[in-house]
Amino acid sequence: MQLETLITRFQQRDTVAFEKLYGMYAENICGVINTIVKDDTLASELCQDVFVKVWKNAESYNASKGRFFTWLLNIARNTAIDEVRSKTYKDQKKNLSADYFVGILDRSEISEESSVDTNEIGRLIKKLKQKCIELIELLYFKGYTQKEVSEELEIPLGTVKTRNRSCISQLRENMKK
Amino acid sequence: MYFPVTGEYEKVMDVQEYIASGILELYVAGQLSERENREVATHAKAHPEILAEIEAIEASILSLSKTAAPKTVASFDHVLPRLEEVQETKVVKLEEKKTPWPSYLGWAASLLLAAGLFYVYDQNTELQSRIEVVEEQRSDLEKQIFEAKQSLEKSETLLTSLRDKNITVVPLGGQQVSPDSYAKAYWNKAENKVFIDAQGLPTPPEGMVYQVWSLTLNPLTPTSVGLLSEFETDENRVFALSNANASEAFGITLEPAGGSESPNLEQLYALGTVTGP
Repeated sequence: MQLETLITRFQQRDTVAFEKLYGMYAENICGVINTIVKDDTLASELCQDVFVKVWKNAESYNASKGRFFTWLLNIARNTAIDEVRSKTYKDQKKNLSADYFVGILDRSEISEESSVDTNEIGRLIKKLKQKCIELIELLYFKGYTQKEVSEELEIPLGTVKTRNRSCISQLRENMKK
Repeated sequence: MYFPVTGEYEKVMDVQEYIASGILELYVAGQLSERENREVATHAKAHPEILAEIEAIEASILSLSKTAAPKTVASFDHVLPRLEEVQETKVVKLEEKKTPWPSYLGWAASLLLAAGLFYVYDQNTELQSRIEVVEEQRSDLEKQIFEAKQSLEKSETLLTSLRDKNITVVPLGGQQVSPDSYAKAYWNKAENKVFIDAQGLPTPPEGMVYQVWSLTLNPLTPTSVGLLSEFETDENRVFALSNANASEAFGITLEPAGGSESPNLEQLYALGTVTGP
């Protein structure tokens, strides 16, 4: 079934269509949440909350909000950021390092339960410069604006767009291999 | 390949340049404005290469995000029951929206408060004006008491004067002009004072005044003793005048304002002779 058809049916509250969309995006969305909360159990819980929210706000999606995945990404990001800002989270995670998600990738590699092929990860981030991982994480997973990214990574604002393009190109190259 | 119709060429965008600009990566990241999002979506519909590029970018982010996925991702069966719950709670929420009681209560409370404040303000204003009225009344009463005291003192002084042993009382009877009129003269020879009680005289017409005369009889010689000025406003109508004359009789005539040199006997209101102490 075409993505567009799935989305239309989902907006008409078709649970079958929604199940398909869940299958397509759940792991990725849960992953995005995990890059922010850095806690597998919490990420898994929040991920379910996000899809409940998505279902609840089905009507609010339209083309002006960009790609369907981008819309999901936005909801996931906001939910995770809200959680991180909450008092409960702060109380529990006082000693959490501000590391980029590479840390999670390292953990995934040693985990045998992981549904992700460790070779795949290695393949993806191999040759991907640290700067690129940081840039992608900030722009896509943490929702930083280009200006915020330029400040965080200390690169000129004008180069964020082009550098991001070259980083994504690199990532796409790695996927092909 | 896409071959544009001649003339439309200028309007056609350079697809490769557009792709290379990096805008599509930002589109997938959700970094564009709503207007920009719509523009990209329109271009993607018109140019399959653009759509393909967007999908490729999205796929790369999808695979990267997947690598960070938690060890266990709940199956859809876990999420499904919560979707129905959402619809149920949504119905409840709609009902709640229909009657936002806390909001109504808030408005009602503030209206009540405003009404209460207005009532209190109104009451206060009324009390203030009542206090003012009472103050005025009190001040009037004080004035009245003061005046009454003064009047009493005056009366007492007068009474003392009239009771003086040296007083000669001279009753003045009404004359032809006004037979019902009468007056009394209380003459203190020792102090050269005469008190005229004019209670029995009619109020003089406008522009006229009563004038008191001391008379000696052989020959009849009138001497002015004084005017009963401010006749109307004098409350007890007793007038104190000086009289150093060896009076044998007293007469009261009505004269033009300011008095006259000699009495107008046609307007003689009261007359009485001194009978001796």
